[in-house]
Amino acid sequence: MMGSAMTGRLALASAGVGLLAVVSLFVGVGDVTLASLSGDAGDSGQAAQILLISRIPRTLALILAGAAMAVAGLILQMLARNKFVEPSTAGTAESAVLGMLAVTLLAPDTPVIGRMLTASLFALGGTALFLAILRRMPLRSPLVVPLVGIMLGAVITAGTEFVAYRYDLMQSVRNWETGDFSGVLRGRYELLWISAALTGVAYVAADRFTVAGLGEDFTTNLGLNHRRVVSLGLVIVSLVTAAVIATCGMIPFLGLIVPNVISLMWGDNMRRSLPWVALLGAGLVLACDIVGRLVIHPYEIPIGTMMGMVGSGIFLYLLLRKNGHAS
Amino acid sequence: MPRDLRSPGGAAGRAASPVLLLATLSVLTVASVVLFLTVNARGNWGFILGFRGTKVAAMALVGYAVAVSTVLFQTITNNRILTPSIMGFDVLYRLIQTVLVFQLGSAAVAGIDPRLRFGVEVGAMVAFSWLLYRWLFSGGVRGLHLLMLVGIVFGVLFRSLSGFLQRIIDPNEFLVVQDRMFASFNRVDAHLLAVSAVVILAVSVVIWRRMKVFDVLALGREAAINLGVDHRRAVTLVLVLVSVLVSVSTALVGPVTFLGLLVANFAYTLVRTHEHRVILPVAVLLGILTLTGGQLILERVMGFNSALGIVIEFLGGIAFLFILVRRSAR
Amino acid sequence: MIEVRNTSKSYGRTIVVDDVSITLPAGGVISLIGPNGAGKSTLLSIISRLLPMTAGTVTVDGMDVTTTPGDVLARRLSILRQDNQILARLTVRDLIAFGRYPHSKGRLTVEDRGHIERVIDYLDLGAVAHRFLDELSGGQRQRAFIAMVLCQDTEYILLDEPLNNLDVKHAVAMMALFRRTADAFGKTVILVLHDINFASCYSDRIVAMRDGRIAYEGPPEAIITTDVIRDVYGVEAAIHEIDGQRIALYFR
Ligand SMILES: Nc1ncnc2c1ncn2[C@@H]1O[C@H](COP(=O)(O)OP(=O)(O)OP(=O)(O)O)[C@@H](O)[C@H]1O
Ligand SMILES: [Mg+2]
Repeated sequence: MMGSAMTGRLALASAGVGLLAVVSLFVGVGDVTLASLSGDAGDSGQAAQILLISRIPRTLALILAGAAMAVAGLILQMLARNKFVEPSTAGTAESAVLGMLAVTLLAPDTPVIGRMLTASLFALGGTALFLAILRRMPLRSPLVVPLVGIMLGAVITAGTEFVAYRYDLMQSVRNWETGDFSGVLRGRYELLWISAALTGVAYVAADRFTVAGLGEDFTTNLGLNHRRVVSLGLVIVSLVTAAVIATCGMIPFLGLIVPNVISLMWGDNMRRSLPWVALLGAGLVLACDIVGRLVIHPYEIPIGTMMGMVGSGIFLYLLLRKNGHAS
Repeated sequence: MPRDLRSPGGAAGRAASPVLLLATLSVLTVASVVLFLTVNARGNWGFILGFRGTKVAAMALVGYAVAVSTVLFQTITNNRILTPSIMGFDVLYRLIQTVLVFQLGSAAVAGIDPRLRFGVEVGAMVAFSWLLYRWLFSGGVRGLHLLMLVGIVFGVLFRSLSGFLQRIIDPNEFLVVQDRMFASFNRVDAHLLAVSAVVILAVSVVIWRRMKVFDVLALGREAAINLGVDHRRAVTLVLVLVSVLVSVSTALVGPVTFLGLLVANFAYTLVRTHEHRVILPVAVLLGILTLTGGQLILERVMGFNSALGIVIEFLGGIAFLFILVRRSAR
Repeated sequence: MIEVRNTSKSYGRTIVVDDVSITLPAGGVISLIGPNGAGKSTLLSIISRLLPMTAGTVTVDGMDVTTTPGDVLARRLSILRQDNQILARLTVRDLIAFGRYPHSKGRLTVEDRGHIERVIDYLDLGAVAHRFLDELSGGQRQRAFIAMVLCQDTEYILLDEPLNNLDVKHAVAMMALFRRTADAFGKTVILVLHDINFASCYSDRIVAMRDGRIAYEGPPEAIITTDVIRDVYGVEAAIHEIDGQRIALYFR
């Protein structure tokens, strides 16, 4: 169903993201320029080192995390059938942080993949609880749904902080809660390739998620097992969220605003919108990170803060605009 | 703890009149306060009573403010799982603390006159909510749910700002900020108690005179308008009152998020009427009882001594989840 | 053939479908009528496995609906419920295309596309096919939903109050389309209808429900009578035969 005009535009958007990625390679404290890369031996060696060890991993991490988080938000919106849901308004992210805390406390020597899997199990539990609560709510006005998710998240956070406070781990918790890519180095971001793979799975299963977005009755009528589609979605969302939190911390709003913007432009047929969501997610994260690296140079504003500011602006716009024309 | 109360209180709520329920709760509350003041008190009585008295007074004020604000907030939103603090009050308070320590350093912050600081905190929180309501309501009829979501969005914004500041702050300073992030009844300033009491009293006068309007508001927007209540005005007034109550309580002891949910929902189960005239006092008594009783148990029996606020938050959160999963949320 | 055997559904102590047994033969248009709350939607949902039953069995061409895999049934039977709220922003054509999902699992073949275009054409949706569902009128949306179900191209087509929101012209066209679907393509169309005259003019059989039970069943001549209508609805109706069709007049 993808027209050639659409393909052309996608190519254009990909080129835009590619351009941002190139910019991201050359922005930062260490001096990496084309001149320094091709300059005399010592200089170019150092610049190449920075590029290989820090800049390329960071740029890749930004792209992978941005695309995957945005897609995770899209999936969650389909499953909850609500446009205001994303991993941080559904208890997913908060549960994942609790999971990270639990594994840090109970088994501090667990390798990073084990931490991530534990966090994703917690995330799975929290999100499933959220969806179970939604099912029990007879009247669900669209705006109440995220409120419930936020309350659930606040409860989980209260638990996390209670434990973290007792064991003096508050600063770690803050690090998981606020996304930051400045610590991303070669060897420390590879988990995110899992999210990339999951995004691929989501694309393959895109039609199922779109059908699930039509509701349980429609799904059953079309011969799909609703429960199984929801489970698949939950697993993808939890693993992606956990991988991102374990690598660089939570990126708020991303999963909320990107799918909403794309939905306004291209609708909710996931087969069509998913590539756009992934691209815009990657692009937005890249752009925010680049700006965060530049504004208070030589310091950095972490992506979590940047996204919090940019995202809340965009979200407010969407919220007020949408409400204005819906009611 | 209210849990111990369940069987006698529940029976009283169903079988006997609200008067009996209120009487029972009052007796329990008074008993808990007296116990709190006297248990394990050794040494100089004057000093101990003064110290514990300040604490009890703070708990009474906070219990009152939190219970009333939560019940009213739930009345106007027609939703029993929301608390006013999700509208960004807690995070704003935390942001203010972080900014103060970040800008001035913890030593200078400790030196600020508590009354000035209290004034700044309450002023900032009330101003924030007032601007929010004005901005949203000036654009025609906007839903309350929308208002809450917008509040939450600001909450995320504040949280990411304070998260950023906490990251670049000196780790020792961070500990100071961190301590202020949680409710504590240990560092309450006696001067502030009087100020808070006066503000809360003033708000209460407005509230107690409008009891019947709240009963109508609880029926929902359409029904209230049909019955001739100026819904928008009434709701705005409640929101402003609620924000004053929450701000005062937060500035006094720190953020208390889930206590309100706990006592409001427990009050609804005890009281089988929709009348605020009964619900509000029951919720208030439960609030004070939970705080003093809980504190008594945690402090004297279990030997916890720091950040009791967190424990109450945690227990309140668990109770909330329980409510949510057991009863289908409205 | 759909066989419903001793099927009941209760919520707590209220029984809403009470030990219903009925055999619906393949082919033709069957209308389900009855007062509000009679249990029509519930029965339809049970037959189409959207709602689990409390007791009994339902088989479609010998396949038990509770045990047959969902995708097998989805190629045999399709259902549209009474009220459908879709919040997703899908275009009409996308929605209809999803009707082909049980057959093609999302990879549309040339044949699938043929089906889609034909259905769009039949239901007069060509002018709005590219629009999003939330940009349609109530009747247009209802036709889009019906189009999706018809696009599923199943042996049995179950529709709960398909004429909701439709104007006179489109209601007549819709009923004619159901008739044609049954006559020319040999399908079985089972409809819940509130307009008993539509039921009278277009059905081969009418099933009347009341209080969770099947009160009457038979061809229109047997059901559209003063006595049956009085018994089922508690309404006095005069029956007139006009151009060979039985019309109930109950407006006064
Ligand atoms: N979830 C439920 N819980 C309890 N009772 C229910 C539930 N769903 C339906 N009912 C009851 O079951 C009965 C049958 O409902 P059903 O929807 O099948 O009626 P209907 O014949 O389709 O009526 P209508 O013409 O109004 O659509 C009604 O009395 C209804 O109140
Ligand atoms: Mg019905």
